Amino acid sequence: MTIQEIENQLVDEFAALDDWLDKYELILDMGKSLPPIDPKYKTDQYIISGCQSKVWLYAEYRDGKVLFTADSDAIITKGIVSMLISVLSGQTPDAIQSADLNFIDRIGLKEHLSPTRSNGLASMVKQMKLYAMVFKMKG
Amino acid sequence: MTLNIQNIRADFPILSRTIYKRPLIYFDNAATTQKPVQVIRAISNYYEHDNCNIHRGVHYLSMKATEAFEEARREIREFINAPNTQEVVFTKGASESLNLVASSFGKKFLKLGDEVITTIMEHHSNFVPWQIICEEKGAVLRIANILPNGELDFEHLKSLISDRTKIITLTHVSNVLGTINPIKEIIAFAHQHGIPVLVDGAQGVSHLRVDVTDLDCDFYCFSGHKMYGPMGIGVLYGKEKWLEELPPYQSGGEMVKDVSIERTTFNELPFKFEAGTPNVEGVMGLKAAVQYLKNLGMDNIRAYEDELLRHANEALSSIGGVRFFGTAPEKASLVSFLIGEIHPFDAGTIIDKMGIAVRTGHHCAQPLIDHFGIPGTVRASFAFYNTVDEIDRLAEAVKRVKTMFE
Repeated sequence: MTIQEIENQLVDEFAALDDWLDKYELILDMGKSLPPIDPKYKTDQYIISGCQSKVWLYAEYRDGKVLFTADSDAIITKGIVSMLISVLSGQTPDAIQSADLNFIDRIGLKEHLSPTRSNGLASMVKQMKLYAMVFKMKG
Repeated sequence: MTLNIQNIRADFPILSRTIYKRPLIYFDNAATTQKPVQVIRAISNYYEHDNCNIHRGVHYLSMKATEAFEEARREIREFINAPNTQEVVFTKGASESLNLVASSFGKKFLKLGDEVITTIMEHHSNFVPWQIICEEKGAVLRIANILPNGELDFEHLKSLISDRTKIITLTHVSNVLGTINPIKEIIAFAHQHGIPVLVDGAQGVSHLRVDVTDLDCDFYCFSGHKMYGPMGIGVLYGKEKWLEELPPYQSGGEMVKDVSIERTTFNELPFKFEAGTPNVEGVMGLKAAVQYLKNLGMDNIRAYEDELLRHANEALSSIGGVRFFGTAPEKASLVSFLIGEIHPFDAGTIIDKMGIAVRTGHHCAQPLIDHFGIPGTVRASFAFYNTVDEIDRLAEAVKRVKTMFE
């Protein structure tokens, strides 16, 4: 599926839910279904520090696609990480770099990506795009 | 005199707004307090009728504004019972006051190998400026510990005093633990050893009656916005003998006596430390806030807030699994807690969606949070416009969080 198709699917899932607390229940479920990161990547080397919660991110390049795994110590952050991974992992560097990720805004979770929020997510997106750029350059 | 909370709440316009279609419950008063209309009007009145630069000029507005400004200084002198007005310096806030003392005191009095004592419970604003000046001067920063219940380990602090100690700097009330430090005792002990004491009163002035003469502190700092006044204004109280000795922190207009190409002489106190055009609107707002607090009475405020704290402790402990950080017998009205192993960011986000403003994280006190080995806490900090009903809503929210995440 393209990035846009995955994003639309996520937006549809949330559109059915009116109440904020129901949306967060769904985010929690997504967090729980995030494939676990290999423990050896849960170190300071792979950490993207936020003020409030930590995010660990690992990336590798296979057959022209970037594969991401990640984790967070806060479950809500983990849920949003899970959404970002489902959208961006397994895509080409070009697709990742040009993704505008407006689905976060469309779901109503824009506040979580605001840099001032300092929960590591805004930095994580930056990092994912950086990985894509580097992998593309290295070829 | 008991406070009429409904009348008080009517003075604060923001308390009638909704968040996510729920009534706002504002429990982040330690971060900043809300403002009564009296403070808001003082600021708008100033710009509508009296705005002018002060301490200069001979025209009517200038003289009127200068008078009002210096009248405000007198009100604040009275509020903290400082011996005289030249010991009351207006700053941008507690952070600037603390930076001023660290920088100026350090510049003049700290030498290689000297020592500064602070505590592990300090806000970064009373920790980092001292780290920086100590590094610059080759001085050592010694850190007093806390006891498991969040009280200062006074014995440990005493043991840190040496013949190289030049100043002790500590908070009146911890913004994370709520601990009210026994500063009068600490100051008396420090003075026996000829050591001055700087008190960070950012969390003190809104909860307690502060009498700097009785405390005999050498410096006391606070921010207007944490005591129902505007942002961008604060106070440094310093004993005259110290303020005379300290070199200026910022220079330029207003703080000078004579300026020539060859040399410049500085103005007398307090103007020596008030460079540039002051935040006059801020001073007007701060004066209105002081008057508001005077009308309510700090003792009445303390008694009511103690009730809120007691209720919060009961309501949250009855939930089971709630861990409190800071359970000193003498505490200001705030609670820092975690709900089992649930990450504070997760808890705070859900509590926010229920219309309740709490703060999560390290609260600008990373050394303290690291000391507990936790990612942060959820902090609910109460003011005299909060109610026990609101606290009951918080308890419900905490139960909801527990169900969602466990």
